[in-house]
Amino acid sequence: MGAYRNACNSGKFVVSGEIGPPKGTNVQTMLHHIDLLKDKVDGLNVTDNQSAVMRMGSLAVSGEIVRRGGDPVFQTTCRDRNRLGLQSDLLSAAFMGITNVLCLTGDHPVVGDHKQAKGVFDFDSIHLIQCCKKMNEGHDWAGNELDGATDFFVGAVVTPESDPLEPQMYKFARKVEAGTDFFQTQAVYDMDNFQRFMDKAREITAGTNVKIMAGLVVLTGLGMAKYMNRSVPGIFVPDALLEEMGGVPKEEQLRKGMEIAARHIRFLRDNKVCDGVHIMAIGKEEIVPEILEMAGIIPCRGAA
Amino acid sequence: MIISKKKPFEEILEDLEGDDKIVILGCGECATATRTGGEPEVAEMKAALEAAGKEVVFTEVVHTGCHELDVKRILRLNKEKVDQADAFLVLSCGAGTQAARAATDKHVVPGCDPLFLGNIQRSMDFLEKCSHCGACVIDDYGAICPITRCAKGLVNGPCGGTSHGKCEIDPEMDCAWVLIHEQLKKEGREDKRTMIHGPKDWNVIRRPGAVVERGPDKLKMGSEK
Repeated sequence: MGAYRNACNSGKFVVSGEIGPPKGTNVQTMLHHIDLLKDKVDGLNVTDNQSAVMRMGSLAVSGEIVRRGGDPVFQTTCRDRNRLGLQSDLLSAAFMGITNVLCLTGDHPVVGDHKQAKGVFDFDSIHLIQCCKKMNEGHDWAGNELDGATDFFVGAVVTPESDPLEPQMYKFARKVEAGTDFFQTQAVYDMDNFQRFMDKAREITAGTNVKIMAGLVVLTGLGMAKYMNRSVPGIFVPDALLEEMGGVPKEEQLRKGMEIAARHIRFLRDNKVCDGVHIMAIGKEEIVPEILEMAGIIPCRGAA
Repeated sequence: MIISKKKPFEEILEDLEGDDKIVILGCGECATATRTGGEPEVAEMKAALEAAGKEVVFTEVVHTGCHELDVKRILRLNKEKVDQADAFLVLSCGAGTQAARAATDKHVVPGCDPLFLGNIQRSMDFLEKCSHCGACVIDDYGAICPITRCAKGLVNGPCGGTSHGKCEIDPEMDCAWVLIHEQLKKEGREDKRTMIHGPKDWNVIRRPGAVVERGPDKLKMGSEK
């Protein structure tokens, strides 16, 4: 327990993966992915009705990761619960041995699969961060004393390719001020842009111990890369990478995407651009160990 | 201005099934401006209902459709006609429809879908800018309301869904937070760009809102004791 926090505090290059809970009760693939990754990464994010698509809950799955000896990063959005529901789930998380919380706004219901749902957004991500900190100090949001405080390691997200970037950086600064311990970024593909973002971010986090992990979504094909560019806000895949993906036959594009991810991990680590990476393979988690091998994060199979 | 849109005629006919004699009420304020319940729309509806085999026994565009005393007065003045009616079809927002509710015990049917409180940017071009949250905070936001104009009502900056200055849920819609930052920058109010705002008090107005007492210096909410 506390592996992710310990890794962040140790100064090593931190690596986390991501688990997307299933839509339904069939947990076999998810459990396979958890078991495959839990000892190879420092933390495992669990998404919370990601993209506003209804799925099994991140709380229950995070609890299962704890039971299996991994360290979950419990993603929590402000979309589906008001401040009572959020705090109640945070206490439940603490009870289940979950210590890392990633505080997100949450995608709007209209982008998901229950388009008629009412989005809550009673809290925003800043309030959720502040709330975790208050609960760590033994109080709920309303100021009532808790019978037993929490001990959360509190994370947030930032979008380095946001256009325009300035309002995003102001919000980032507020998240830092609110007490965020670590950041995982939206997916980044342009390493030059990311380096420029990190220069600005480091100015804001100067004097703090805030850790910033680059978000890497593995490109699985040229079509997927183009789709991300066109349709996902805050994601920019540069032309050079599109050409690189398009330069190999379709059946080899996944491998190319893995190579690109591994190359980016090496670049970020070797140049100390950021404090770690958060790798998202979106349902293809079985490829993550090999990417980590290619990047030299874990020893190659057979070696050692 | 309360912005509304006409309900599909088929839906209205379904709601009026079994009602033969109909009163149509319009509204001289918002529903006239939005062309959903003014004189032309009431006349059009009368013709359409008659073509569908209904008898329209009375029509009126009430000066202010949500003014309950006004609606009651008109129904009283035309008692003979309206007493024959099986149903009232009201072409206005939901407040107007419920003003009719308060004035009659007969079947009351809405003819419009109320949408939002909208600014008239130009003729028939409306934009929601205020959502009546009960405690105006827009001085902190360059007089641009994030509660209303951000799709998520975020009070501390944009989400990750901003794309080229537009909102993730509608590429035609400006991201309120881009507008707010630009405005505060123009005004040189850096303190407002950097401050952290607490969450809204959603119970400033206990819904349904009610003002029960009014005087020169006071306006008391129904929920205030």
